[in-house]
Amino acid sequence: MKKIDCRIYDHPVLGKMPERKKVSIYLNNKKLIAYEGETVAAALYANGIRALRKTEKFKQPRGIFCAIGRCTDCVMTINGVPDVRTCITPVKNKMKIEFQKGLGRWKKKNW
Amino acid sequence: MEEKELVIIGGGPAGLCAAIEARKKGIGVLLIDENLKPGGQLFKQIHRFFGSRQHMAGIRGITIGETLLKEVEKVETDVWLDSVAYGIFRNRIIGVVKNGKNILVRAKTILVAAGALENPLPFPGWTLPGVMGAGACQTMVNIHRVLPGKKALIIGAGNVGLIVAYQLIQAGAEIKAVIDIMPEITGYMVHAAKIKRSGVPIFLSTTVLEAIGKKEVKAAVICPVDNNFKPIYKKRKLLDVDLICIAVGLSPLNELLYQADCEFTYKPYLGGRLALHNENMETTVDGIFVAGDCSGIEEASTAMEEGKLAGISAAEKIRKKQWDDEKLDIRNRLNDFRIGTFGEKRKISKEEIIREYHERIKT
Repeated sequence: MKKIDCRIYDHPVLGKMPERKKVSIYLNNKKLIAYEGETVAAALYANGIRALRKTEKFKQPRGIFCAIGRCTDCVMTINGVPDVRTCITPVKNKMKIEFQKGLGRWKKKNW
Repeated sequence: MEEKELVIIGGGPAGLCAAIEARKKGIGVLLIDENLKPGGQLFKQIHRFFGSRQHMAGIRGITIGETLLKEVEKVETDVWLDSVAYGIFRNRIIGVVKNGKNILVRAKTILVAAGALENPLPFPGWTLPGVMGAGACQTMVNIHRVLPGKKALIIGAGNVGLIVAYQLIQAGAEIKAVIDIMPEITGYMVHAAKIKRSGVPIFLSTTVLEAIGKKEVKAAVICPVDNNFKPIYKKRKLLDVDLICIAVGLSPLNELLYQADCEFTYKPYLGGRLALHNENMETTVDGIFVAGDCSGIEEASTAMEEGKLAGISAAEKIRKKQWDDEKLDIRNRLNDFRIGTFGEKRKISKEEIIREYHERIKT
């Protein structure tokens, strides 16, 4: 499969992309490259992944709508925790991200 | 319980300006913001601000944001980032979640400057990935530097739609069209002219019928409308796009003010249901102030002035002093900002809010 890269490396107003530390994230066990300081949603969109979850009832795909943490359309399961707003959650090295089906499920019970 | 003189909820242009003014008057300020960095939406405004004569005209929003952050640092404000203010309870007690812990803060005065959320526009296919708010697209492109699509349709020819269209072009995307159901462009002509110069068609009296795609947006159907806004179906057109940006206005985020029992009114030109406030930005609940987009959708420039006004007014309340001259200057500047067809309507609505506040307080 062709590698998709949607990053804007050179911008007429903002200039060159600043140097950032690379981190590895795992989307359903597939390794992807992300950069420290960016959000999970930005990292996934940069890799061409725009459908982040499926709805409970009609199994429809959903992606980002507001990108500021208000609409909760972009939630995914991160490190076993469902319903995490990916548009405001920064990536961390070795983060485990999963496409979420419906309301998602806790990996392990906390009680 | 922690006690603070002024707690500001929201670190955007209004909240930051309020913090700076209140600190200058010696008030103990705590600024709470949900994000990792304050500045609100300023850091995605990479265009030069336009339309305000006194100051800020010709300066990029991103530069204004950086200046404000430096000033906030200089006046040594307490700032809690990555912290959610989830409720305002009786006696001005605020519930905050910080680092996963629940903290209650008692405040002498509160300023709610929570900003706004983009309006959705429901049409078949609007939930598909690739259909997003124009502001969301701006966040992705200008802050995260990620292009959410390559070929875009922009719905709404107001300032947001036009600016985002231009910024998408700057970022390397192709804009297939900017459409608006109204028969005229509602944004500033400078922005519209830039779009037209770039060769992007602006279709007026045109709506969107459908976003097509299974997993993501693959195409859109647009259609002209008649004088009664009814689509003329036989003139519909298929556009090859993978991104649809919705720029059909914003709604104030004033849940906290509802919860605090503030009295509300409805002002369509300012974005909908709004808390009543007086000329000092104080709501009908004693000691709770409001400023910026959550007191009425306007611009960053007005949000900053309202924030200053609220910051000074809160200081007056705490110190039992008057700074009338400073407040007068700010009010004059606000009036200067509210000019033109739309500015005038906003100005009238703002005056109505203040009038209704005094009527409500009397009874």
